[in-house]
Amino acid sequence: MTQIELRGIQKFFGAVQVIKDLNLKIEDNEFIVLLGQSGCGKTTTLRAIAGLETIDEGDILIDGQAVQHLKCSDRDIAMVFQSFSLYPHMTVYENIAFPLRATRMSRSEVDKAVRGIAGVLRITDLLNRRPSALSGGDMQRVAIGRALVRRPKAMLMDEPIGALDAKLREEMRAEIKRLHLEQGSTTIYVTHDQVEAMSLADRIVIMHEGILQQVGSPSEVYSYPANLFVAQFVGSPVMNIAKAQVSEEAGSARVTVDGAEKGFAFPNELLGKIDRLKGANGSLALGIRPEGVMVEHQAREGFLPVEAQIIEPLGSYDIVDLKLGSQMLRARTRSGFVASAGDKVFARIDPTQAHFFDTKSGNSLGVRL
Amino acid sequence: MATAVMTTLDQRTRAASRGMSDISIRNLFIIPTILFLIVFNIFPLLYSLYYSFTDFRASTNAPANFVGLQNYRELLNDPFIWSNFAITAQYVIVSVTGQVLVGFGVAMLLNRDIPFKGLITTLLLLPMMLSMAVVGLFWKLLYDPSWGVINYALGLGNFEWLANPKMALYAVAITDIWMWSPFVMLLSLAGLSAVPKHLYEAAAIDRAGSFYTFFRITLPLVAPILMIAIIFRTMEAFKTFDLAYILTSQPTTEVISIRLYKMAFQEWQTGRSCALAYIVLIMVIAITNIYVKYLNKVKER
Ligand SMILES: Nc1ncnc2c1ncn2[C@@H]1O[C@H](COP(=O)(O)OP(=O)(O)OP(=O)(O)O)[C@@H](O)[C@H]1O
Ligand SMILES: [Mg+2]
Repeated sequence: MTQIELRGIQKFFGAVQVIKDLNLKIEDNEFIVLLGQSGCGKTTTLRAIAGLETIDEGDILIDGQAVQHLKCSDRDIAMVFQSFSLYPHMTVYENIAFPLRATRMSRSEVDKAVRGIAGVLRITDLLNRRPSALSGGDMQRVAIGRALVRRPKAMLMDEPIGALDAKLREEMRAEIKRLHLEQGSTTIYVTHDQVEAMSLADRIVIMHEGILQQVGSPSEVYSYPANLFVAQFVGSPVMNIAKAQVSEEAGSARVTVDGAEKGFAFPNELLGKIDRLKGANGSLALGIRPEGVMVEHQAREGFLPVEAQIIEPLGSYDIVDLKLGSQMLRARTRSGFVASAGDKVFARIDPTQAHFFDTKSGNSLGVRL
Repeated sequence: MATAVMTTLDQRTRAASRGMSDISIRNLFIIPTILFLIVFNIFPLLYSLYYSFTDFRASTNAPANFVGLQNYRELLNDPFIWSNFAITAQYVIVSVTGQVLVGFGVAMLLNRDIPFKGLITTLLLLPMMLSMAVVGLFWKLLYDPSWGVINYALGLGNFEWLANPKMALYAVAITDIWMWSPFVMLLSLAGLSAVPKHLYEAAAIDRAGSFYTFFRITLPLVAPILMIAIIFRTMEAFKTFDLAYILTSQPTTEVISIRLYKMAFQEWQTGRSCALAYIVLIMVIAITNIYVKYLNKVKER
């Protein structure tokens, strides 16, 4: 039963501000993923919550109590470090027992707790080994075991599976999800991998250069990115972004991408929702994910002629780079749909998947069609 | 053959242009060293082993008679020799324990971000760099009961350090601690700074208190290197001669080396002293072996 709240956190390293006015409320039992590029301040945020780093301003509240002046040990928060930080001179058993023995729990209770958690994590047969004799995946399990064994108020995980290979990462991702569902504790998980974030999170928190960009469920963040940074950071392959103009033509709305001769047809409601001046000022950008670009072989109403430039076959689907005027538009098609580079095809944009941004502030205009 | 694995000399080097082959260069460097070792170490070692089975006296011209194990038997049955060993053991324990406590303690204090850390460390290492004889003479002055600095500073009046038979051995040990704690400190500092910082952070997250962290994290991780310091210091303390000899001549400070020196060069019992030297050597090797066994156990991870 733990809520964590961050209020106006500011953190400086010398003259460099690493966290800028961070506000966030984390509900009980929630799985929060902190997502951001390398160096954006994710680890620093986590360490501040854990108590390994002081903050310069703001409050950290755990269950409504300000804890920013408390030592780590008084906050009752467990953490899994990026490098695991297992104690090299202790066996797996002793590693997991460490947090219990440190608080003078009785021998039989320690034994019960350690064996219990080892069973959950499926590492019972490793208990007598030393960390140096473990594989990366095992080490990660032990690190999680050491964090979970004392049933902390909250779990912090700093890129716990960043060092594993792709296959193992996928496995561990599922494992972590399962553990969270079984054990249930408020969790903050740091990663720079958006796939990991999407698959694990109840809510994703996206950070960029110490500033919180957006908080929302994975589908919210994916479908309604709050600004250009989020739009381009979340989703793979990245969203197409191009400067565009909105105009009215023959009684219907048109969105013309800079460098293209003709515009895409959009429903008329767009006109009412968008300030046309924005387009005229050159501060409007259109964003569309590759799967929002529809491609046809025959010319049809609303489709513009484009030329395929590069085709990346990815197995279940292809990513095709389409040349539209001087712009490139990446589209996702059935595999083999566009036979070869240089083919002439026709494309249009699914208006319901289009995003409009103000390029000056970078913010989304919040247009939903 | 060793020569088979040797690469041939590069033709352009000066040595090659002087017509020297690999083998002649090897001989030039290695043979003098080996000769030196044989003449000054190995020969005396074997020669004294021979003498230890004789009643040879270097002060007379009498030929050495082979007496078998008699020297060893008599020495090991001599209660005075055993009391010398007891004194030595007491000295080793006091002095090595002191050095480890002081040296490790100072290393703990220095193992953090403090200004002038490098300078302080260097200054603390000075005692170790002095000569034993200088330290001995120097501390004799410091210990002087009437005008020595130590009594003055501690307000002990005319307290006898070196003339007091109960205190003298401790006085020697204190001097040894002063001189050699820096050695333990230096090795401990290397060990302490090699403990990864993130382990302390993990321990803090795991709610370990400072004592628990020290005994469960710091100490076990520093143990191997601390063990090496202890091996060195024990060996040295066991063989100690200079300090005790210079500082005092109490019977209570007659450690085994002093007894050996007296036996060999004052009483001229050359054969018997050779036997005693061998007994000491075997003891040092035995003690060191115990430590090395333990060290290997500690390192086994
Ligand atoms: N102890 C420190 N002293 C000075 N600057 C620091 C310190 N720790 C971190 N920084 C800086 O703060 C910024 C944020 O670091 P942080 O470790 O939080 O990034 P991160 O988001 O965790 O990155 P990564 O994904 O690479 O782990 C970086 O620019 C880093 O250089
Ligand atoms: Mg990090």
